[in-house]
Amino acid sequence: MAPVVGVVQFPGSNCELDVIEAVTALGGEGRLLWHGDATVAGVDAVVVPGGFAHGDYLRPGAIARFSPVVGAIADFARGGGPVVGICNGFQVLTEAGLLPGALRKNEGLRFLCTTVELEVTSSRSALTGSVSVGQILRVPINHFEGAYTCDEETHRRLIDNDQVVLRYVDNPNGSIDAIAGVSDEAGNVVGLMPHPERASSELLGSADGVPLLQSLLDRAAVSA
Amino acid sequence: MQFDVLVEVSPRQGVADPQGQTIERSLPALGYEGVAGVRVGKAIRFRVDAATEDAARSEVEDMCARFLTNPVIEDSAVSLTEVA
Repeated sequence: MAPVVGVVQFPGSNCELDVIEAVTALGGEGRLLWHGDATVAGVDAVVVPGGFAHGDYLRPGAIARFSPVVGAIADFARGGGPVVGICNGFQVLTEAGLLPGALRKNEGLRFLCTTVELEVTSSRSALTGSVSVGQILRVPINHFEGAYTCDEETHRRLIDNDQVVLRYVDNPNGSIDAIAGVSDEAGNVVGLMPHPERASSELLGSADGVPLLQSLLDRAAVSA
Repeated sequence: MQFDVLVEVSPRQGVADPQGQTIERSLPALGYEGVAGVRVGKAIRFRVDAATEDAARSEVEDMCARFLTNPVIEDSAVSLTEVA
């Protein structure tokens, strides 16, 4: 059976259909999850996609973390279910406390819309299980508040516990330690600012997001 | 009792504030020398009902911790004024 990937739709999400398209092309089944429904029943993985959930009012993710679906995602994550937050989704997961740290405004106050090189720095996470450490991937970024930040103690824990999943080769936004993506302690919850779904075909300029999404499908297939 | 509340949200010390840095760099170009320590945040104003000032402050601080700020990167300062 094809693993089912639930993709959350908040008012203001704008990458949910791209994620479903990319997942479907890899043989998975994508299913929209409305933010107002307090359930993720029937899915094998959850993606919180990019966009501007609830208009990014107050702070990106600040309102979205109180949407009913987020409680269900937290339960799913606690049970070991794979959860990936992309861009705005990463911001939502940090606000919800499912991932450590926070995203602040980019250094230089630039909105960044470009393709960057990422180095895979852990293959323990749900997003990188089928990728080799050291592999370089070309994946687009598209954000204003994407500079990863955390206190020194949290940073040390991230390093010691192998939770830094992806680093920028050439840090574009002032993230601490060039961090582009992190996981929770167990490795099943992952957040990243780059958009793997926008690098899911050579027609889009890069297919380097495929091994990341494939890793998620492989992890989802375990419970499918 | 009713209180007018002002919550000032600012980037925590040690967290880079690119808006503040940009303003600070711009001021000398306009002839304003000797300005330092510019930080940009936001102000949130509202009115709250509470039995006492302590109760109002405690409730607002709870709002700050849970919702109005992200404590990882932001600090808040709460001012209360009893509505006459």
